[in-house]
Amino acid sequence: MNEKQHEYEDLPGTWVFDAQRARKGYPLNNFFMSLMKEENRKAFLADETSYLSQFKMSDAQRDAVLKRQWNTMLELGGVVYCLAKLAFTDQHSYQYMAAEMTGMSEQEYVDMMLAGGRSPDGWRSKSETKESAQGDEV
Amino acid sequence: MAKITAGVGCSHTPAIGAAVDLGKTETDYWRPMFEGFEASKKWIKEAAPDVVIMVYNDHNNAFDFKMIPTFAVGCADEFPIADEGWGARPVPIVKGYPELAAHIVQSGILDEFDLTIVNEMEVDHGLTTPMSLMFGEPDAWPVRVIPIAVNVVQYPPPTGNRCYNLGKALKKAVESWDEDLNVMIFGTGGMSHQIQGPRAGLINKEFDKNFLDDLSRDPERLKDIAHLEYMREAGAEAVELVMWLVMRAALGEKVDEVYRFYHVPASSTGVGHIILNADNNE
Repeated sequence: MNEKQHEYEDLPGTWVFDAQRARKGYPLNNFFMSLMKEENRKAFLADETSYLSQFKMSDAQRDAVLKRQWNTMLELGGVVYCLAKLAFTDQHSYQYMAAEMTGMSEQEYVDMMLAGGRSPDGWRSKSETKESAQGDEV
Repeated sequence: MAKITAGVGCSHTPAIGAAVDLGKTETDYWRPMFEGFEASKKWIKEAAPDVVIMVYNDHNNAFDFKMIPTFAVGCADEFPIADEGWGARPVPIVKGYPELAAHIVQSGILDEFDLTIVNEMEVDHGLTTPMSLMFGEPDAWPVRVIPIAVNVVQYPPPTGNRCYNLGKALKKAVESWDEDLNVMIFGTGGMSHQIQGPRAGLINKEFDKNFLDDLSRDPERLKDIAHLEYMREAGAEAVELVMWLVMRAALGEKVDEVYRFYHVPASSTGVGHIILNADNNE
């Protein structure tokens, strides 16, 4: 059974956390939530692969966590607020994580925000958006 | 009789809380934003509300993924501050008003809103940063708070129209509480922001200005804005603005705009703020 393409899937550079994505992301998000406890943060950092084996996530999800591929984590069902708990575990800020997702340095991102942020022009639909702006290209 | 006398719209971000807690409010980056709330702090001190109904969203701190309530009303005596991953904010515990909260739940459910009753809940920056912006840094918060947590994390959040109608039901519930109380309602979150993906950092000042204008000029237009329009025009997380519509509708048909302020950026967010007085003589 296939669901019809939703209109919000045409938003560029965005993965809307909808019911289907939430279903797939459940174990991934449970992992992020576990990082709200200090002892779990320590255990994760001490041996990431072994810590992750407690969670029934897919290989692709596990790989994205290990490689800190933030956009892939979003695509595979991670919620951005939960991803932030991984960024905090790594001693990074929310702003650092957002910059990583855009492919900018943190300073470039801060400068863009101080200059008024990213204009919606060119970012309203996938057909409008420059390919150069897509992330996790590494 | 209890009355909703005024509404406050106010953005929330973790970075605002961190700036307060780390004593950074006077830095070049933060000063312009915090100055915008100085007049509001004076105003609310004089207006002296007894109770604040805080319409906000949790960011996967109180609620994990086992259950995702659309509208959750905090009915506890008090609400501890959540550790969001970097330690709990050093702000006072939030005192509830369980008697009035229970009344609101009962009235709301009979009004056909399927409210979730929450008897134990921690509160995160979604609730505490508007408190800091409006009440500063007291030893104890000068108001009791009834938190109403709205799901805006998993799509779809409730529609703008649903939120608007909930606001009307809250007005009715408060006005049927037989105690002289000065009640205010806060709608938090927004305005423009996207904090995920390659499109992060999106800001649409014009969208935000029109939204602020129409809170008093044409709220009926706002209630019909579709989720997709918020996301497309003002960023994926701008959909949080539906929570401002609960606040707006709880004030009745006409409002007087007392104050507004707008500033970009606080981290990735367009900070919007408005104070609206309810017209209780209508």
